Amino acid sequence: MNADAGMSRRLASDASGLRGRIEDFLYLEADLLDEWKIEEWFALFAEGATYEVPPIGEAGEPDPATSLFYIADDYVRLRERVVRLTKKEAHSEFPRSQQRHMISNVRITGLSGGVADVSCNFVTYRAKRGVVDTYYGKHVYRIDCGVEPFKIKAKRSILGMDMLYPGKLTIII
Amino acid sequence: MDTLLSSPQMVVEDRARQLFRVSRRAFTDEAVLEAERHNIFDRCWVYLGHSSEIPNNCDFITRAVAGRELIFNRDHKGVVHAFLNTCPHRGAMVVREKKGNSRAFRCFYHGWTFDGTGRFASRFGEGNYGKEHYSGCADLGQAPRLENYRDFWFVNFDKNAVSLSDYLAGAKEYIDLVADHAEAGMEIVGSGQQYIVNANWKLLAENSIDAFHGFPVHSTYFDYLKSLGSLRSDAGGSNFSASGMHDLGNGHAVIEYASPWGRPVARWVPSMGEDKRAHIEALRSELIKRFGEQRGTRIAEFSRNMLIFPNLVINDIMAITVRTFMPDRPNRMTVSAWALGARGEDHDLRKLRLFNFLEFLGPGGFATPDDQEALENCQRGYINMREVGWNDISKGMPRNGPPMNDDEEQMRCFWRQWRERMSDGRMGAVA
Repeated sequence: MNADAGMSRRLASDASGLRGRIEDFLYLEADLLDEWKIEEWFALFAEGATYEVPPIGEAGEPDPATSLFYIADDYVRLRERVVRLTKKEAHSEFPRSQQRHMISNVRITGLSGGVADVSCNFVTYRAKRGVVDTYYGKHVYRIDCGVEPFKIKAKRSILGMDMLYPGKLTIII
Repeated sequence: MDTLLSSPQMVVEDRARQLFRVSRRAFTDEAVLEAERHNIFDRCWVYLGHSSEIPNNCDFITRAVAGRELIFNRDHKGVVHAFLNTCPHRGAMVVREKKGNSRAFRCFYHGWTFDGTGRFASRFGEGNYGKEHYSGCADLGQAPRLENYRDFWFVNFDKNAVSLSDYLAGAKEYIDLVADHAEAGMEIVGSGQQYIVNANWKLLAENSIDAFHGFPVHSTYFDYLKSLGSLRSDAGGSNFSASGMHDLGNGHAVIEYASPWGRPVARWVPSMGEDKRAHIEALRSELIKRFGEQRGTRIAEFSRNMLIFPNLVINDIMAITVRTFMPDRPNRMTVSAWALGARGEDHDLRKLRLFNFLEFLGPGGFATPDDQEALENCQRGYINMREVGWNDISKGMPRNGPPMNDDEEQMRCFWRQWRERMSDGRMGAVA
């Protein structure tokens, strides 16, 4: 507990350094997705982690127990999502789309026990057969910065669009 | 083939040769869509919304339905209305929010105001408007017909249409099977999912009740169930069994079958967890108590995919989805899909229901996106229609005995109705 508090203080006392390390980590994440290294991407998640895309335009902090999300994966289903995407029979991603993940406005909004609350804006492009889909919004993470490499404990991608124009959410945005 | 290619018809049923063909022009031609607007969407009962979406007096939602923009509301006395969302003054959309609660609607352009019954309610000083103005000619326009069956509300823009009850015909029995899941009634959960699919709307009508594509398209979903140890193949435990389709009349059709997945009401599978087993089995027993062994088991255990012509799908599968879709171009539609659950459902079961929904359904599910891919792929393939001009919907035509759920008879029901309506139009018949 004391050691943990000490670490938390150390992290907090070097806020800009920590943000830099988190940014590097998020750039790594984006690169793995761009390159379709989704199994390596999944390895960035801590056991028990969640991955969610809440409904568009719902105020407050929607709860997947009471609101219909687009994606509300527990750790097991996230693993299964990744397994599915490695298969040729995941038809919507065969042949695979091309993607580019852009992130910016990275902020640490909370820090406790070595776990950082992080938010950033994102734009993700997905191209397939001459059609470019654009997804944009804000990622909200809980990242365990007390371990090397960092581990994602939760990722929620809040769409900033007023409707899901691309129709599919088959890639990890 | 030659006779088919030279036929002026777009839906050709050749019983002698056991061939059923639909021209790919039906999916690509702007003139066909224009005729569909007049002959189908202006004349059929079209789904508007569910009572639970406007539970309180003065609640309203706005929604695009059948190519119109509508206000679906409950007035201060609780009476339900469907108004055309356009100001009778200069045409501005009066309500711009998606939903809310209000005793009155006020057009922001010049401030014309309407009460919840649609009546003009502004009081301008003398000299502005004559008496006539206040006696109905400045009220909000209403959908000519608005009726509901068990909380599902429909509009019809043909004031001479048959009653909703007559229109739904055999579909009512299957709406009952959904509405009877809970004694307290059913409700839409949260907000819906809205998304674009770049394919003709009729491809989704077909796909929503098509069991033939299940294994080829959704093998990754079944792999997922297997991996979780949740593929349950025993069915029922009663003498009710089903694996077939029913023609419900007026173009509506349903397939019903024993399914391998879990159902929150009420079929337990291991991935739901031992802790929920007793609860789900109690719900099942409750249904059997209310409806008897056969009907109770049928509601609890069996899955149903139903299409209500032209564009309402109620699929009671690993969760219940209510889905409607409207074309704005021959190769593009907007899909609106909702989850339906028991009113006052237990928190853990509601959570499970939504978790189940997302494992298969919606843009981020393990199945729906692959359906979309299939539909969009069909639409792209139609670029070759000058050489390869017809879709085949013949599966099961030679079968002796009742059709199987993975035959294509349910789609033939849809297409026969489509042909009838398209060739019977007041506007140019094209089918």
